Amino acid sequence: MTSSLSNVPDASGRFGEFGRRFVPETLMHALEELTREYEKAKQDPSFQAELDDLLKNYVGRPNPLYFAERLTQHCGGGKIFFKREDLNHTGAHKINNTIGQALLTMRMGKKRVIAETGAGQHGVASAVACARFGIECIVYMGEEDIRRQKLNVFNMKMMGAEVRGVTSGSRTLRDAVNEAMRDWMSSVETTHYIIGSVIGPHPFPMMVRDFQSVIGKEARAQCLEQTGRLPDHVIACVGGGSNSAGMFYPFIDDASVKLTGVEAGGRGPEPGEHASTLSYGAKGVLHGSFGYVLQDDDGQTMDVHSISAGLDYPGVGPEHSYWKDSGRVNYTAITDDEALEGFQTMAKLEGIIPAIESSHAIAHAIKAARESGPDETIVVCLSGRGDKDVNEVARLLGREI
Amino acid sequence: MTTSISEKFAQVKSENRMAFMPFITAGDPDLETTVAVLKELAAQGVDLIEIGFPYSDPIADGPVIQESYTRALNNKFHVRELFESLNELSADKSVSLPPLVAMVSYAIIFRYGADRFLQEAAGAGFSGLIVPDLPGDEASEFADQVKASELDLVQLVSPLTPEERTKRIVQSASGFIYCISVAGTTGVRDDLPPELTAHLESLRQLTDLPLAVGFGISNPEHVNTLRGKADGFIIGSAIVKQFAAFSDASQKREDIIERIGEYAGKMAAATRG
Repeated sequence: MTSSLSNVPDASGRFGEFGRRFVPETLMHALEELTREYEKAKQDPSFQAELDDLLKNYVGRPNPLYFAERLTQHCGGGKIFFKREDLNHTGAHKINNTIGQALLTMRMGKKRVIAETGAGQHGVASAVACARFGIECIVYMGEEDIRRQKLNVFNMKMMGAEVRGVTSGSRTLRDAVNEAMRDWMSSVETTHYIIGSVIGPHPFPMMVRDFQSVIGKEARAQCLEQTGRLPDHVIACVGGGSNSAGMFYPFIDDASVKLTGVEAGGRGPEPGEHASTLSYGAKGVLHGSFGYVLQDDDGQTMDVHSISAGLDYPGVGPEHSYWKDSGRVNYTAITDDEALEGFQTMAKLEGIIPAIESSHAIAHAIKAARESGPDETIVVCLSGRGDKDVNEVARLLGREI
Repeated sequence: MTTSISEKFAQVKSENRMAFMPFITAGDPDLETTVAVLKELAAQGVDLIEIGFPYSDPIADGPVIQESYTRALNNKFHVRELFESLNELSADKSVSLPPLVAMVSYAIIFRYGADRFLQEAAGAGFSGLIVPDLPGDEASEFADQVKASELDLVQLVSPLTPEERTKRIVQSASGFIYCISVAGTTGVRDDLPPELTAHLESLRQLTDLPLAVGFGISNPEHVNTLRGKADGFIIGSAIVKQFAAFSDASQKREDIIERIGEYAGKMAAATRG
C-alpha cells in the first residue's frame, strides 16, 4: 500500500499545498508538453533500459555504501555509512539527473540545453550529458560562483559548453536560475531547460526527485544486504534539495527510519548570514513554485550566505516543504565552521575529501553518531567529492596550495 | 477619481483609436518621483497607466525593467508606502488620473496577504491587476478574490499559448487581455513579429474583451502596425530606460520628467493616427 506521503505530487504538481506552477504564460505550454513526455518516457521500457545502461556503464552505478570504520570509532556511537555519490563520473550526484533529462531532450527532438549552476557540479554534469549526446549546452553561472569554482568552469568549457556569467543581484545560484528562465522564455520551442535541483515549476521537482531516487533505492538495498536491516537514521544536505530528495524518497514509507536534512547555517541565524530556508523561511513563491523561501515582509527574496556555493540558495524544493510540515523529515543547520571541521575530519580519518556541501551532512552525522548507541546505523549521502573546493578551503584555513 | 478599465476602453473605441498604456516602476528611484511622473503622464492624456511593483526575481523581464526594479529595491521600496503615496495623490482634486493597473508578482501578493493586498490596492485607486507569474490554470481561486474586491484580473496570452489554453484563460480574465507580442522577456525590439496579426485575429474570435499588445513596442510605426487589429498597447522598457537618468547627478529631475512626458505625449498622439 502506498502512503499518501509518498504519493505526491498530484496532476497539477501539488505536494500538499506546495509546488504547482507560478511561471509566465509563455512557459506553460512547454511545461505541459514536458509533463506529458516524461509520463510517456516513464511508461516506456526502452527509456528505462537506456537510462539504466548509461547509469551503469557511463556513470559507474551502483556506487558503494561504505562503512566508515575510523570515523565511527572516532565518534564512539552509531555506525556511519556513506553512500558514495562522490565516486560517480563527474564526482557528484548531479549526473543522475542530467543523463535522464538529456535522454528526454533527445526524445523531444530539442537540440539545445540550458542549465544553471551554483557550485558548478550541475553545470559540469549538464555539459557532460550534452557532450555525450551531441547537444548544444549553455550554462548560466553567477560571477561570484565563477570566482569560487574555477576548476568546474574550465571543465565545462573543455566539454564544449558555453558558460555565461551572471552579474545581476547577488551573482550566485538564485540569479543564475533567473537568467536561465529568461533564456528559456525566448527559446522554449527549441530548448530544454535542465533544472539541477528539485525546484521550479511542475514537473521539475517530481522529475528530478525521480531521477535522483536511484541514490536512496541503492542505499536501501545495500543497507539491507550489509546489515540485515534498514538504517535507523538517514542524513543528507539540503540546498535546493536534490541529493536529499533522492536519498529520502525511497525511505519515506519506512516509518522506523529517521530522516534528517541539513541546511547551510552559514555564519549564524541572523538574516543574510545563512541559507537555512526550512529553519528560518516562510511560505512563498520563488522560481515557479510555492514553498518555503527566505524573504522579507513584502515577499522580496533575501540575500543568503553559505561557505558552499551549492547550498547558497534562498528557496528549497516543494517536496521538502511538504516533508517539513508533515513532520516526516527533520531539518537542521550546520554552520560554515562546523562544515569546514567536518571536511577536515573526513579527510584525515577516512582519506576522502568531501564536497563542502556534503561536509554539512558529515558534520551533522558526527553529532548524531555521538548521541546514538553502537547498535544504530546512520547512512549519510556523500553527495560529491571536494576537489572543486580545495582552493576555497585553503584560503579559509589560511594555507597555500 | 479613476474610471474603470472597461469604461476607458469603450470610450477609446468610440473615439475610433487605440488605448495607450505606459508602464512605470513604482519607487524608481523613489516614490516622490513616481508621483511626479504619474501627474505628468496624466497631463499628457495617456489612457491607462501600468505600475510595476519592484520584485527581486522578475523572470519575465528583460534587463531594462530588472535594473529599474533593482534601483527601487536598493532605495528600500515598500508596498505599503506605494499605497500611501497613491492615497495622497487621489486625494489631490487637481489631478485626474486614468485607470491604474498593477503589474505585480504573486510572490509579493501572497506574502503581503492576498485579501489585504487587494483591499489596499483598490483603496489606493487601482482598477485592475496583472499577475505575470500566475497563469490562468493557477488563477481560478485568486480570480474570485479579485472579483470580490471589484478589481479586474488581466490575463496574459503568449504567442505560444495553444487555442485550448487560450479558451480557458479568457474565461477567468476581465478588463482586457494582455497579448504578449513575442515569446521572450520585456524589452525594446526593432520590429513586431509578422505572426502577431494572425495571433490577434484568432484571439478576437475567442473573446470580446479588449486586446492590448505589450513587449517590444516603442515607436509610432509599431502603433501603426497594430491599428485596426488591437484595442490598445503597452510601452514599458522604452519609458523605464529613461529612469536611469535620475541617478545621474548632472541631470535635472524636472528635465527628465519633461522628456518622459514628451515621449508619452508623442505616443498618445500616435493613437489617433
